[in-house]
Amino acid sequence: MKLFEYRGKELFDKYGISVPNGKLVNNEKDFSDLKFPFVLKAQVPIGGRGKAGGIKSVDNVDDAKEKLSQIMGMDIRGYTVRKVLAEEKVDIKKELYLSITLDRSKRMPLIMASGEGGMDIESVPDDKIFKEWVNPLIGIQSFHIRGIVSKLKLEKEEGKEVAKVISKLYKLFREYDCELVEINPLIISKNGDVIALDSKVTINDDATYRHPDIVPEQVELTPLEEDAKGKGIAFIQLEGNIGVIANGAGLTMATLDALTHYSGKGGVFLDLGGTDDPEKVKQAFKLMKKAKPKVIFLNLFGGITRCDTVAKGVKEVITKEGIDCPVITRIKGCNEDIAKDILKDAGLITGATLQDAAKKSSDLAR
Amino acid sequence: MAIFADKKNKVLVQGATGHQGVFHIGAMKEFGTNVVAGVTPGKGGQKVEGVPIFNNVYEGVSETGANTSLVLVPARFAKDAVFEALDAGIKTLVVITENIPFHDAMEFVHYSKYKDAVLIGPNCPGIASPGKTKIGILPGQIFKEGNIGVASRSGTLTYEIVNSLTEKDIGQSTCVGLGGDPIIGTTFIDALDAFEKDPETKAIVLVGEIGGTAEEEAAEHITEHISKPVFAFIAGRTAPPGKRMGHAGAIIARGKGTAESKIKAFEKADVKVAKFPTDIADLVEKYS
Repeated sequence: MKLFEYRGKELFDKYGISVPNGKLVNNEKDFSDLKFPFVLKAQVPIGGRGKAGGIKSVDNVDDAKEKLSQIMGMDIRGYTVRKVLAEEKVDIKKELYLSITLDRSKRMPLIMASGEGGMDIESVPDDKIFKEWVNPLIGIQSFHIRGIVSKLKLEKEEGKEVAKVISKLYKLFREYDCELVEINPLIISKNGDVIALDSKVTINDDATYRHPDIVPEQVELTPLEEDAKGKGIAFIQLEGNIGVIANGAGLTMATLDALTHYSGKGGVFLDLGGTDDPEKVKQAFKLMKKAKPKVIFLNLFGGITRCDTVAKGVKEVITKEGIDCPVITRIKGCNEDIAKDILKDAGLITGATLQDAAKKSSDLAR
Repeated sequence: MAIFADKKNKVLVQGATGHQGVFHIGAMKEFGTNVVAGVTPGKGGQKVEGVPIFNNVYEGVSETGANTSLVLVPARFAKDAVFEALDAGIKTLVVITENIPFHDAMEFVHYSKYKDAVLIGPNCPGIASPGKTKIGILPGQIFKEGNIGVASRSGTLTYEIVNSLTEKDIGQSTCVGLGGDPIIGTTFIDALDAFEKDPETKAIVLVGEIGGTAEEEAAEHITEHISKPVFAFIAGRTAPPGKRMGHAGAIIARGKGTAESKIKAFEKADVKVAKFPTDIADLVEKYS
C-alpha cells in the first residue's frame, strides 16, 4: 500500500524525523496558522505531480485561494486530487537523497543515499549513490551508518543529524513492514536542520493486518474492480475482449502472451490463485459474465487447486444462469479427468492444448 | 541422485490437520514420499492418513527422525513455524504458504542460512524428484523419472512445462518450484549449482517471469559456472507494466527486470528461450 505524502510524513514525525510545518487544506480558513510563502502539494499516489502542475508556491491569501482551487480536483495521470497539503517553505542549503528498500538479490534491506538529491536522482551515476546492506539478523549498526554518512561529504554537525535520520528511518522501515521508505529530497537548511521535504512510503500489503493504524486511502475503483476486491479475486482490466480465467500469476501471464501471439487481446483477467472454494470460483465466473467479454478462455492447471472444484463452480453458473458467449476451456493437472467430464456435461469445449485454445479464443474474438 | 530432495528425506508436515494438509499428505504418500510426522499444536495423538500428529516439531523430530519440513501453516504463523522447525534441527524446509510478510521471510531466510539448512519458497509449489520423493503440492501425475532438471519461479507454469516434457517421454531428475515472492530461500543460482553437480541431470530448464533481476543474474552465472545445456521460458512478455518502487526501484534495476532484458541476457549466455511454455519440450527434444 502506497501512502500519500502527508501520511508518510505523519509516520516520519512519529519517528522523530523533521518535516516542514504544514497541514491538509480545504479552504482559506485553513491558511490562518500557516506562514507565507508556502507550497501547495497535490496528494496523489504517483510521481511526476510537479511536472503535471500539482505543486504550486503561494505568496498571499488570494494567491493561495486561486491556486488551491486549481489543484483541488485536477487530474494527475488518472488520479483526481482530493487532498492538498500546504507546507511552509524552508531555506535549502543542500539536497540529499535517502531511501531504504528491499534488495531482492541479497534478500536484505538496502540503504541508499546520495549527496545529489532532487528531481534528477535517477540520472545520478551509480558511483555517486552510496549503498549499505543490513543483514536482518544483526539489524542496523553504527558501521552501516558511518559507511554512508562518511561518503556524503557533510560538515560534522550535519553528518551527525543525517546519521540520526538514517537510524530512525530504518526503525520505521522494519517496524511498519515497509517495502520502501524514500526521502527525496532530504534537505539541510541554512540553519543546519535536516528536514524531509517529501515522503514515499509503501507498506507491504501482506503485512497491513499488523498495522491497524494505517487506514487505506479511498481509491476510486470501477464497480467490477470493487466487486472483485470484495471477493478476494485478483482482477486486471485490460483493453481487449477476451476474458481470461487462469490460476497462478505465471500461467496468467503466459496465457496473455499466448493470446498476443495469435493476435488475440486479453480483456478482463481473473487469477484464481490457489483457491479450492467452489463458491469463489462461482463468484469469479459471475464477475467475468458481468464484464461481457466476447469469448471466455478458462486456462487451468491444477496443483493445490483441484480442477474438478473449479469445473463444478463453472458448471453451476452456466446451467443455472446460462452464458451468452463461447467458453473455451483447457484443463490439466489435479483431477483433470473428472473436471473434463463435468465441463463436457455443461456443454463446453475441453481437451485442447494451450496453443489450440489460445488460437481458438483469438479467432472467435475477432 | 537428484537435487535437494530424494529417498533420504523424512518429511514432517507443519499444518497437517487442515484441509490442504490432509489432502497433500495423501498425495505425497501416493507419490512415494516418506511422510513420517505431522504437527498441529493441540492435535497431538491424532493420525492423518496413518501419519502420527505431534503438538510440536521437536517431539515430531525426536519420535520419528524427521529431517525435512513441509510448511502449510497460514501466513501469520509461518515465521514462527519456520523458526520452530530450524531450532528443532530440520535441515530441509519447503514453505508453501503464500502472502507471508516479506520482512518475516527475510528473517527466516537468513536464519536458515545461519542454521545451514536448505529453505525452498515461500509461496512455492515445492519440489519433486520423480521415482524418489515429492515434498509439496505439485500434481504427482505429471512427472516422469529422467535427466532434466527444472527450476521455476512460477507454480502452475512449472506443471505446464513438466507435463509437456513428460508427454514427449522426457523425464526429470528434480523439479523445484522456487517461489514467486520477492524474498526466496533458494534461488536460480543455487538450483543451477546443484544441477551442475548432480550426475543424473543432463540438461536444465529455467522458468522465469518479469520483475526482479533473478534471471539476469542466473544468465551471468551460467556463462561462468554452468557447463550443462540450459533452456528457459519467461512469462510476461506482454504483461502491462507493474508497480514501480519509487526511485529506489529504478536505481536498483537500471533497466533490468523486463522480459526483453531477461531474454537478451539468456540468449547472451547461450540459453535457448522458448516462445510458449510447451515449446520447451520441443527444444529439449531436439537437443537430446
